[in-house]
Amino acid sequence: MSTQTKAIISWIVTFIVMLIITMPGLWVILSGFRPLQEILAKPAIWIPQRLTLDNFYAIFGIGETQIAIPVLAYFRNSIIIATTSTAIAIIVGISGGYAFARYRFKFKDTLFLGLMLSRTVPGIALSLPVFIVWARLGWIDTQFGLILVYVALNVPFTIWLIDGFFRQIPKELAEAAEVDGCTRWQAFWKIEFPLAKSGIASAGIFAFLTSWNEFALASNLTRSTNSKTLPVGLTDFIAQFTTDWAGMCAMAFIIIVPALILTFLVQKHLIAGLTFGGVKG
Amino acid sequence: MSVMTNIKRKLFSEQATPYVLLLPAVIMILIVVLFPLIFSLYTSFTGYKLTRPDTLFKLVGFRNYVRIFGDWDFWVAFFRTVGFLAVVINLEFLLGLGIALLINKITWGQRTMRTIMMFPMMFSPILVGFQFKFIFNDNVGILNNALQGLGITEAAIPWLVDGWLAMGAIAFAEIWMSTSIFAILLLAGLFAMPKDPLEAAQVDGCNAWQTFRHITLPFLMPFAYIAMTIRSLDVARAYDVVDTMTGGGPAGRTELLWTLIARTGYDSANMGMANAMAYVSIILSIAFTYYFFSKLVAARRYMGGAL
Repeated sequence: MSTQTKAIISWIVTFIVMLIITMPGLWVILSGFRPLQEILAKPAIWIPQRLTLDNFYAIFGIGETQIAIPVLAYFRNSIIIATTSTAIAIIVGISGGYAFARYRFKFKDTLFLGLMLSRTVPGIALSLPVFIVWARLGWIDTQFGLILVYVALNVPFTIWLIDGFFRQIPKELAEAAEVDGCTRWQAFWKIEFPLAKSGIASAGIFAFLTSWNEFALASNLTRSTNSKTLPVGLTDFIAQFTTDWAGMCAMAFIIIVPALILTFLVQKHLIAGLTFGGVKG
Repeated sequence: MSVMTNIKRKLFSEQATPYVLLLPAVIMILIVVLFPLIFSLYTSFTGYKLTRPDTLFKLVGFRNYVRIFGDWDFWVAFFRTVGFLAVVINLEFLLGLGIALLINKITWGQRTMRTIMMFPMMFSPILVGFQFKFIFNDNVGILNNALQGLGITEAAIPWLVDGWLAMGAIAFAEIWMSTSIFAILLLAGLFAMPKDPLEAAQVDGCNAWQTFRHITLPFLMPFAYIAMTIRSLDVARAYDVVDTMTGGGPAGRTELLWTLIARTGYDSANMGMANAMAYVSIILSIAFTYYFFSKLVAARRYMGGAL
């Protein structure tokens, strides 16, 4: 085989692989903009004839066709819960990550392992006792209850990532600042933190996505518009005998867009963080 | 007074700093994970039913465990889960390796490809489940529509109704969702790879396969194990996918350990029993993570600080 045929073959294979990776998601997103008759048409209409925002009007309760699903409230809950839990997880993560990156102390490895192991507990297994305890404390169906869970869910991973980012910054920088008369806190705040900032931001986005996308715990700890998040709300569209495919596709679009934007913003740091945190650990 | 200053000095001393810094993290984990897990261990020894709160204090010893270990349905779900994970993770590794090698060969557009590869990672597992429920739907799904439209099949294939087909569809969804993690990390490994050993191998007369087998692959293994460790942290996300696609049906033929736990705990309100099963699933998850993590440590050692 000549090098040229080889190159052409690898291009074709790559193209097919990329198609498989993107098509299922794009199909759902696109369907959100198509009228229901067209989505369900047989034989399938492959090239959209008409694009419309009707599905979005319907799920947000604007216009004639209304759906009795409070998507706006779910959206608000999702935003509040994901941002608050991310902010707290980041602060806790910086504090913990810095400790692991810069200090030697007793039980360091044990603590690290313990934190990581806490992350391995399957959401559904954790949801059982949390459900019972939260019910006794009156935290079921509250935003606070879910925020608390998500902070704990995110802390191990944020610590792991942030630890990796601090490790990449030479210790000598902060030490030099301390020699020049900075306190340890000033050295951290003025030298190390700005250098790790973009890494910390990507850890934050990772945490945000985890909270934004989580389902197993949310579906059992929420009940109503008080605290139901978008992923839980998505299942509202599945009634016993019918499924509102058009509405679901529109809602899928709403869930995916923030995630899409955020991931594109930090993809480079994310890859660097995962690789360094793991290999150099 | 002196006691207070003493405590203060201790708290701000150099030795105490890391512990103080870690305190918030530890407290969070205690409240949300450790304490509930201890409670759940206790619950697994009671006959607790959600509908009858007083049963929380009715200790039954090992009865829940004896019962689940003697239950055929539990073992079926257990081995189905283990088998599912083994198949899915191995396929993800192989496919991820293939994609990484493919993209590494391509001379331009690498960055775009890498970005495209991240696409499935943004999808919430619940969305992945819904998406493939839509695509594999026997009536309105595009897959059947396409197959029938092209004249490949006459009748609609009941993708999510037949047990084996449904399991395959779920595995496909799971692989679609997670192969990127492997591909991206293995690609990062390929980028980080020094060129000298490859050239040396060529000079020594190794063929392409030998070079790959003895130089590229050992170098990539730590990256593969990072991906597997990350992956093993959230294997239970498959719950979301299965729950939306089939709900464990038809007739329990796609029931995994996690959907069985949810059904026992919430639908049948049998919390004691569900917690006993949950413990089995927790140990399974920890075993998976521990296995891959120790492989990672060993692979790192094998590379001898080359990284």
